[in-house]
Amino acid sequence: MRDPILALDGLDKSFGALHATRQVSLDLRPGEIHALIGPNGAGKSTLIAQIAGTLKPDRGEIYLERQALSSLSVAERARLGLGRSFQVSSLAEPLSVLRNVMVGVQAVQGSSYRFWKPIRSDADLVEPALRAIEQMGLGHRADTAVSDLSHGERRQVEVACALALKPKALLLDEPMAGLGPEGSAKLTELLEGLKTRVPILLIEHDMDAVFRLADRISVLVDGEVVAHGDSEAIRNNPHVREAYLGEEAC
Amino acid sequence: MTSLESHIPSRSPSLGRRPLSRETVIGWGLILVLVAAAVFAHLAGEPFYVNLASRIAIVALAGVGLNLALGFGGMVSFGHAAFFGIGGYVAGIGAFHAFDQSPLFGLSGLPAGSDLMPVLWLSALLVCGLVAYAIGAISLGTSGVYFIMITLAFAQMIYYFAVSWPTYGGEDGLPIYIRNSLPGLDTNNPLVFFTLCMALLGLALFLTQRWMNARFGAALTMARLNETRLATAGVEPRPIRLAAFVISGMITGVAGALFADLNGFVGPSMLSWHRSGEIMVIVILGGVGRLCGPLAGAILFVMMETLLGGLTEYWQLFLGVVLLAVVLFARGGVMGLLAGRERYA
Ligand SMILES: Nc1ncnc2c1ncn2[C@@H]1O[C@H](COP(=O)(O)OP(=O)(O)OP(=O)(O)O)[C@@H](O)[C@H]1O
Ligand SMILES: [Mg+2]
Repeated sequence: MRDPILALDGLDKSFGALHATRQVSLDLRPGEIHALIGPNGAGKSTLIAQIAGTLKPDRGEIYLERQALSSLSVAERARLGLGRSFQVSSLAEPLSVLRNVMVGVQAVQGSSYRFWKPIRSDADLVEPALRAIEQMGLGHRADTAVSDLSHGERRQVEVACALALKPKALLLDEPMAGLGPEGSAKLTELLEGLKTRVPILLIEHDMDAVFRLADRISVLVDGEVVAHGDSEAIRNNPHVREAYLGEEAC
Repeated sequence: MTSLESHIPSRSPSLGRRPLSRETVIGWGLILVLVAAAVFAHLAGEPFYVNLASRIAIVALAGVGLNLALGFGGMVSFGHAAFFGIGGYVAGIGAFHAFDQSPLFGLSGLPAGSDLMPVLWLSALLVCGLVAYAIGAISLGTSGVYFIMITLAFAQMIYYFAVSWPTYGGEDGLPIYIRNSLPGLDTNNPLVFFTLCMALLGLALFLTQRWMNARFGAALTMARLNETRLATAGVEPRPIRLAAFVISGMITGVAGALFADLNGFVGPSMLSWHRSGEIMVIVILGGVGRLCGPLAGAILFVMMETLLGGLTEYWQLFLGVVLLAVVLFARGGVMGLLAGRERYA
């Protein structure tokens, strides 16, 4: 078996009395989509935040290609190749899609302290950004302000921003939320095409999408991984059916 | 706005030149009006009005500095008088020691003072850059009201330091008996001095535009609009802000050096919080984050000060009303009224 790209080792996090992450260890391997499912408030977003660096775990370590991340800032982790999308999309509304995505390209090239060359005519910046945008099927919207985009398009821009980092791993927090069946189907297809290039840790409530996309599934309940396995195993796990799939499985 | 262009199949609709924007045209218009007014006043033998135009250019330059932090970087500094005043004191102290041929600060071993403007400007840039770095490094750990209060507190510290430093006049300030010089130019000629002020203002505007269109500006804009997005995209927001804050302080510092030379005097009033407020008012009047906003704001401010100030002691009341109107009804300031909403390329 190949080495995991991303590995969590014994992560633990409490907010006061609330134990939001309990001894979570899981990994993400090359070429796979690893889905993380669980009921509302299970601690999925909290887990992503700890991987990305916006929250500090109380205990445990995160490794990206064997490199420990705990002492690194959000920006440093991003430059190392952690791409992230937010549950509630977080973009610069007045700026065009292109400019939102270009900042990431700028970061990987390690050069935000350039004061002279206009970005508009900087092909080194524009072209990789456009490629990321086109990968998400948004080429025709590159010059549109984010504030003029539909909800679904914003989700795609978020993924494009993450792709601009040439990520080694993608962390996607409910990318299908609020998309409607058509949008979900489209994004599912895009993600399916993506996973051969970059492994994805996918949080998703849309179980159709999860069962179609995921190579492995981990189930998080009250901050704890209660089940883990491939789609088939999870579908038939009685514990999971009771704790989470209960209402959907019937 | 680009729906037509985006059908162009080539690499990007974003590549290539855009036509002159309305904002650029208005910016040039303001510059031309100011230059024309100064030249006309000079020909009419009215040095008072030439100096008034210089004052506008200088105050605008101070505003261009603040606008980089406040407008483009979203850092509401209420302490920019610190840089304005320090720039002024650099010019004053340099002239003071050049006048009596003594070493700087009276410390033997230090070089003598200088009355050469380029030397004084570079010194003002350097000193203000260092001070802005120190203030910014500490203050940028905070945001919102705390940032406003911390920058104000630093400026007040420097103010009281100047008041209590007797060597350079303390509370009474320091006169500059002979205007600092620039080889080959008669800086005492009001029109020549105005030209210098205008040239520096033009340079600052040009550079600001260049920076804001470059990668640094893209990062700074993102730091203002969505800091989380910038960090998630892999760029550390705080150093970007700090760099903008430092440059901002440097520009305002050069304006201070010119201001001291214009008045032949530098005193603690240049460091007071009133002055910080005044620079901020100019930026807000003209349009926060608009390249030529500070110029528009400075023209409006100095005109009101001169015209209304001649009529009534309470002109600041009217200024207050205008400011209130701008904040309530014209969020883009004068530039917003003239050039419409802000647009990002
Ligand atoms: N910064 C915080 N401070 C205190 N409590 C928090 C914080 N962030 C999250 N929580 C709590 O931690 C728990 C887990 O939240 P989290 O957002 O990770 O859930 P989730 O699994 O992503 O849920 P959802 O499916 O609704 O997005 C919740 O009870 C939430 O209220
Ligand atoms: Mg969540």
